[in-house]
Amino acid sequence: MDMPDVRPEVLARKEALVSRLQAVVPPDAVIHDPAETRVYECDALTAYTCPPMAVVLPTSTQEVSDVLRICSDMGVPVVPRGAGTSLAGGALPTADCVVIGVARMTEVLESDPGNRFIRVQAGRTNLAVSGAVEEDGFFYAPDPSSQLACAIAGNIAMNSGGAHCLKYGVTTNNLLGVTMVLMDGTVVELGGAHADAAGLDLLGLVCGSEGQLGVVTEACLRILPKPEGARPVLLAFDSSEVAGACVSDIIRAGVLPVAIEFMDRPCIRATEAFAGAGYPDCEALLIVEVEGSEAEIDEQLSRITAIAQRHDPVEMRESRSAEESARIWLGRKSAFGAVGQLGDYICLDGTIPVGELPHVLKRIGELGRDYGLSVANVFHAGDGNMHPLILFDANAGQLETAEALGADILRLCVEVGGCLTGEHGVGVEKRDLMGHQFTPADLEAQMAVKDVFDPGWLLNPAKVFPLDASASRRMAAE
Amino acid sequence: MKTLKPESEAELAEIVRTADEPLRIQGGGTRPIGVPVNGAPLSTTGLSGIELYEPGALTMVAKAGTPLAQVEAALAQAGQRLAFEPMDHRGLLGTVGEPTIGGVFAANVSGPRRIQGGGARDFLLGVRFVDGRGEVIRNGGRVMKNVTGYDLVKLMAGSYGTLGVLTELALKVMPATQATAVLLCEGLTDEEAVAALCRALGSPFEVTGAAHLQRGTGGGPVTMIRLEGSESSVAYRAGELQALLAHHGEFGVETDPARTAACWRDIRDVAPFHDRSGDVWRLSVKPTDAPGIVARIEGAEAIYDWGGGLIWLLVPQGRQADTIRQAVAGHGGHATLIRGSRAGGAFQPLAPPVAALQEGLRRRFDPRGLLNPGLMGQGAAS
Repeated sequence: MDMPDVRPEVLARKEALVSRLQAVVPPDAVIHDPAETRVYECDALTAYTCPPMAVVLPTSTQEVSDVLRICSDMGVPVVPRGAGTSLAGGALPTADCVVIGVARMTEVLESDPGNRFIRVQAGRTNLAVSGAVEEDGFFYAPDPSSQLACAIAGNIAMNSGGAHCLKYGVTTNNLLGVTMVLMDGTVVELGGAHADAAGLDLLGLVCGSEGQLGVVTEACLRILPKPEGARPVLLAFDSSEVAGACVSDIIRAGVLPVAIEFMDRPCIRATEAFAGAGYPDCEALLIVEVEGSEAEIDEQLSRITAIAQRHDPVEMRESRSAEESARIWLGRKSAFGAVGQLGDYICLDGTIPVGELPHVLKRIGELGRDYGLSVANVFHAGDGNMHPLILFDANAGQLETAEALGADILRLCVEVGGCLTGEHGVGVEKRDLMGHQFTPADLEAQMAVKDVFDPGWLLNPAKVFPLDASASRRMAAE
Repeated sequence: MKTLKPESEAELAEIVRTADEPLRIQGGGTRPIGVPVNGAPLSTTGLSGIELYEPGALTMVAKAGTPLAQVEAALAQAGQRLAFEPMDHRGLLGTVGEPTIGGVFAANVSGPRRIQGGGARDFLLGVRFVDGRGEVIRNGGRVMKNVTGYDLVKLMAGSYGTLGVLTELALKVMPATQATAVLLCEGLTDEEAVAALCRALGSPFEVTGAAHLQRGTGGGPVTMIRLEGSESSVAYRAGELQALLAHHGEFGVETDPARTAACWRDIRDVAPFHDRSGDVWRLSVKPTDAPGIVARIEGAEAIYDWGGGLIWLLVPQGRQADTIRQAVAGHGGHATLIRGSRAGGAFQPLAPPVAALQEGLRRRFDPRGLLNPGLMGQGAAS
């Protein structure tokens, strides 16, 4: 992974920087001993590591502002970090950077079920947001699978999704406002408890900008009343194509499930060996979940099973109880862990038009055979967000082969009208593939946005844009 | 002045590239919102047609000048619709012409269902546009989930053509519903009504419309709650909600398809203010703040939508602008003058750092100041 050259003049000022930082945050909030900064050398994309020059763990918007003003003043790059669960290297440091971590900013600032919002500090975890409003009968909808650990700050940076976004949308559809600090220390408020922003939709622009436009310190989030109930049905098919066609038919029929999850045979076998959920041994299975009262759930599930029946399923297993629901979800929820038992894997995140599912699944199988690597598929089928898991052995030197296969699969996603990443973000991982999806003019327009928010190009360096595309801007800023 | 009407994206790009005077960009011209622009009229209606429609993927791609009616007819044929229920501004603003799909998104127009499913911007998956230098830019795509690069799609929604001229849009569409029920209650005060609406919206019964008129057709206040879905589900939820709201007021249930459709079309289009004189303001606020804000504006009549989060205010012509701005600013929210003299600026003034970011974006996307210049600004002194 190419990273920008470390600037020796920045490293040379480390001592002065640390003492200035220590003057604006509590002493234990500045980490600069190389033995300790190593903890922050990577996120969940562990293939790439680089310890930062220093780490700061502020507790308030004011502290974040003070820290950014100092870094801006001294020309030090800043890498914002939520909980470090990015699968795309979104929080990968550079050797001359300061990491600003929001781990100590976890407070609930205001909870208002009457107006259906909650305001939190951005370091609060996704699940702890729902936890704060659960007793009032509400929840926060986006549910990335890392929700136990991941921070709202990172969810906003990556515009995270989850299994239930077919009905509830992703982070940007559930984000009402942010308090954000610009690189020069300026604090801005975007949006709030009211709907839609005044003026341009800067909130929509900031969401998913991978921490490159500002450091989000507080967030106002939409909360939703919990549904009366939810139950899934498991549908098993003897071909991936048929399962894909069934997904399209369910959607076209006007039923709107909260989730349609897909697993193929390699994935089913791995999860059975790992979790023993009792899934049928089939080519492909779907887990379709609906919500409502008992009668409403029955009505929707009977429409779904009627549609599935036309596709000649191997088996249909409708949940009748909370225990049965948990069993149906068990395999899906353990899928990533199960595949991890088989060896190293790369998790892709390309999204495709739902109608292309059968074709793309077939091509992924062929590409895997060409490269001599197996690929397991588990993903959110309702919105076409695929997660091919490429299995490889790092000790046998297969990482590069696996990455090459991954790049081919992502190019395929773009060719059929899809995109490189549906919910994980570009980070460093897919940075160099951006040219496959965007023209130079498309990228230029996006980089123009960064010019406005961060003219010195100091925030979260080397992410999102190919280094050659951003070279002239970074040089000019130096 | 002769209207420029390019027939292709390339022709449009050439017009912008070679323009030496400001352009007044319009779709159907039915939504004159913001500070009036002096410039050569440029119409997108020559860029028309549905390029792709996949009901099984809930997606449609259409050129920006495609008539909204054509989009809605195609969707209806497949049992689908635009979930965000865009308002028709013609009755309120006295305009004529055919609304275009591009205009809907350029103005980020959402109706009553916004509270449940999201606004126009939430259903825009991808855009193509021509920026102020005449460059064709693509962003987003036609898939439901896409975090590849910055989200310029959201930025374009509601930018009123000031950053670029939309040429093509990819939309997420939704299944239409089988049945509708409206719960109606007469005689509630604004505070009582908003409390009841908040209670309903905080229930699991999936309310898709929550409005309150100070003056309904019978002359007195009317509070309305909409439920949509299958017939049995709607009937069940209507019963549950009636019980839940019993201590707020006695809600009757209307299920006649023509009458339920008409009553939400009237809310969506602000029909009660169509034939009344005076300025019309649109306020976006926190729902429970709404009655207090309205009470501060003397001589105003209000229609509350979005459970109180959206207020349509009718005030005597040329009056109350400062009071409205201050009342909203004090609570966090914003007010837009929709009907009335807009030369002094139609939108809520922004905090200086936010205004600076917006100005910076305009200078980047439209360095020569050609695209609807000043439309979203504070305008000349009134």
